[in-house]
Amino acid sequence: MSDTAYRMTAETGGATSSAGAGDFFALLKPRVMSLVVFTGLVGILIAPGHIHPVLAAVAVLCIAVGSGAAGAINMWYDRDIDAVMARTRHRPIPAGRVAPGDALGFGVVLSVASVTLMGLMVDYVAGALLALAILFYVFVYTMGLKRRTPQNIVIGGAAGAFPPMIGWAAVTGGVSLESLALFALIFFWTPPHFWALALYRCGDYAKAGVPMLPVVAGRAATTRQMLAYTLLLLPVALAPTLLGFAGWIYGGASLVLSLGFVAAAAIVMRAADDGPARRMFGYSIFYLATLFALLVADRVPGLAG
Amino acid sequence: MTSTVKPPKRHLSETHRRQRGKNLAMLAALVGLVVLFYVVAIVRMGGG
Repeated sequence: MSDTAYRMTAETGGATSSAGAGDFFALLKPRVMSLVVFTGLVGILIAPGHIHPVLAAVAVLCIAVGSGAAGAINMWYDRDIDAVMARTRHRPIPAGRVAPGDALGFGVVLSVASVTLMGLMVDYVAGALLALAILFYVFVYTMGLKRRTPQNIVIGGAAGAFPPMIGWAAVTGGVSLESLALFALIFFWTPPHFWALALYRCGDYAKAGVPMLPVVAGRAATTRQMLAYTLLLLPVALAPTLLGFAGWIYGGASLVLSLGFVAAAAIVMRAADDGPARRMFGYSIFYLATLFALLVADRVPGLAG
Repeated sequence: MTSTVKPPKRHLSETHRRQRGKNLAMLAALVGLVVLFYVVAIVRMGGG
């Protein structure tokens, strides 16, 4: 019944009246948000100093809402290409469940609210970094790079690298070498992560006219660059131990997991089908989540020196 | 007679149901913000 109601309103263009709370929640890209929240939380947990648990919770909430808000604005801007791609055509706007203007308003209001709350309640620097991350994602990545250059996700990846830095700033009130190292870890992880997805969604991006690297430069060039980034990532992932804010449990695991990431890229390079690229995409999420979990575990007294 | 009237009626209640859901979500968000402002004010005044 609800399905036919959706279809009826979608066909008649009554987008606003059919939108439920769940559709607006979907605009926040909850799956992307989960990794963002997790890396932001790790930034808070491993930063030196003390933060009241309530303020830490507010900081996590602001990071989550800010990231979701940027996602909603991205879905408003990209509604034309989202409608063409199989992966995204069921999103609330192309499916006709939320009117474009409503999504934009929703995103802007939540952006302003999350940055304001972070600045007033937690820390001005954390608020400023959150604003920078949102603005970078919307204006530099979504509007500037995504449709113009195959380097879109390399530079745009900076937006996704901000959360641990924001969490760190929520505690310390500033930016440091350590928080920059966490930024670099996500920054260099993003290209092989995203290109693994783009490899098996290549046809989708080509149809939508998005110049993802596999579309523009082909499989061979893409997999070569993916391997280069996984090799670059190896020392970057070791940096927390080398800088002394993570122990050898993290260091050892990061070396093993990074070598696994390099191996995955090498396998994708020689692959004839999409299977290895899919597995590498899955591994990339496991890789980043595990590294960030270990950053915290390595700090727990009694587990490591 | 009643069977021809039913479908639009159902459709209307479906829309209302969804609108009510949206209103309740809005209410929850506003109440949540009130609680948040209160708790944070207490924490910050306590020198937390």
